[in-house]
Amino acid sequence: MSEIIRLTAAELGAKIAAGDVSSVEATRAHLDRIAAVDGAVHAFLHVDAEGALAAAADVDRRRAAGEAFGPLAGVPIAVKDVLVTEGMPSTAGSRILEGWIPPYDATPVRLVREAGMIPLGKTNMDEFAMGSSTEHSAYGPTHNPWDLDRIPGGSGGGSAASVAAFEAPLALGSDTGGSIRQPAHVTGTVGVKPTYGAVSRYGSIALASSLDQIGPVTRTVLDAALLQDVIAGHDPHDSTSIAEPWPSMADAVRRADVAGVRIGVVKQLDSDGVQAGVRSRFHEALALLERNGAEIVEIDAPSFEYAIAAYYLILPAEASSNLAKFDSVRFGLRVTPEGGGTVEQVMAATREAGFGPEVKRRIILGTYALSAGYYDAYYGSAQKVRTLVQRDFDAAFAKVDVLATPTAPTTAFKLGEKLDDPLSMYLNDVATIPANLAGVPGISLPAGLAPEDGLPVGIQFLAPARQDARLYNVGGALERLLEAEWGAPLLSRAPDLSSHEMAAAEEGAL
Amino acid sequence: MSEITAEQVAHLANLARIALTEEEIAHLTTELGQIMQAVEKVSEVATPDVPPTSHPIPLQNVFRADVVGADVLTAEQAVAGAPEADGSRFVVSAILGEEQ
Repeated sequence: MSEIIRLTAAELGAKIAAGDVSSVEATRAHLDRIAAVDGAVHAFLHVDAEGALAAAADVDRRRAAGEAFGPLAGVPIAVKDVLVTEGMPSTAGSRILEGWIPPYDATPVRLVREAGMIPLGKTNMDEFAMGSSTEHSAYGPTHNPWDLDRIPGGSGGGSAASVAAFEAPLALGSDTGGSIRQPAHVTGTVGVKPTYGAVSRYGSIALASSLDQIGPVTRTVLDAALLQDVIAGHDPHDSTSIAEPWPSMADAVRRADVAGVRIGVVKQLDSDGVQAGVRSRFHEALALLERNGAEIVEIDAPSFEYAIAAYYLILPAEASSNLAKFDSVRFGLRVTPEGGGTVEQVMAATREAGFGPEVKRRIILGTYALSAGYYDAYYGSAQKVRTLVQRDFDAAFAKVDVLATPTAPTTAFKLGEKLDDPLSMYLNDVATIPANLAGVPGISLPAGLAPEDGLPVGIQFLAPARQDARLYNVGGALERLLEAEWGAPLLSRAPDLSSHEMAAAEEGAL
Repeated sequence: MSEITAEQVAHLANLARIALTEEEIAHLTTELGQIMQAVEKVSEVATPDVPPTSHPIPLQNVFRADVVGADVLTAEQAVAGAPEADGSRFVVSAILGEEQ
């Protein structure tokens, strides 16, 4: 495996800045890796080799001409297909947008381009970000690089797998109920959902507008911080974008120290419902933090128990409204019934053919929850639970600086295992959803491998709204302490995919 | 709360403009019943004294001058990805059927 693709984004950016590696060499190394392993992983829906190499050559040329760049300039990046990209197809994992090429860049995509980063292509996801496994992608699932028979998490399984498989040093994701953090947990990578409004949602194909947030998908906490520093900031195109400036997250990682930090453990999310190995790694990480000066406090958050129920009313309600735009008129698919039809019949035929089962399920559910006569009982009640969850966070953050939970209840399950059981699939998000309901930021970083199955386990930290730097402080400190114990990053223990790919090819599976 | 019937699902599908098949309606009727049973849990704690929250971060409305900005799409760009367009306008099917 090429040395270049093993580097972190920060290291690669430094080597490019020093002139040891060109952006073209870095981009080509990652494109070669994609060509070698993506047949087995299927992290990408679209790879723009030509565009990436041209952008890399341009950055190299401008640097040679003396232009000053930031720390990630010249570094390749993968982009979740939920973000629209000028000149690259953007499907959000749906048939209804197959072949659609947007006329503009989403703000986070524009910002990474302006920072001199090189978009490699678009990553796979559950259709319109509805799912926890990428199995709801209309284009087939992504495979977990740790075990190709298992899920890479979702909805952003493609972004997480691309980073875990060294196809990209880092990626952009979106998190509505855990779609950045849960894939990080099951792939041994780092994922951050910033404070709601920290990163512009302009050009992000909306799932649930009051919950969606764009964020970094990386292999290290520092890389996530550097990427958040690039993409965060006020955008007049997004009315929910926070206007105040942000401190440097990268500085928070570089100064990371947990001495005196009060960490709350949410009682309701540290239960028998969590897989034994996930729980033991969680408690070992807490003990390590405690030995290094952190104070561990138990926190009661009784309303968290109702968060999933509230989420599965609020999300479908908002999604049913957001997805009304896929009407066969402005973009994507149009299916005309045999013998023609009115615009309404064309619309209904298009949506029947273009949406997958999970999307239909949630649109119908949302339409029901918003119906006259049911609105107060369902959507109204869910919004009240949202208030209660926020009050639990407020009470917790009066006592502690950050909260800690296992990121998800289990390690990666087998592809197909939960596909026919929506309720059981929804339970994957039990620990990640409260942050979206309250708008607070969250990070998941590797805590080790579960002893019983050898699969990655993440630990999640949550901070008050606007205090994203606290996550980078605690996350950066824990990463350093754990890697000192392990002697190497967790991903160095992931299987070598080139042999997997060869084996799969021999069996004729490709 | 009320049971979901196949007729209701068919009605919702019509409202949502999705031409579901009979099999899909049957399948969704069972699934939605189960999901609604699970999410009805919210009513246990959503008492009248709790105010609803629609948005995670308190916001004020954002205003701008009513002037077209410099970075808007042209009509040609806006229709470029449409299934059918005449260059600057979206082309749609008939609004009314023959019997209307």
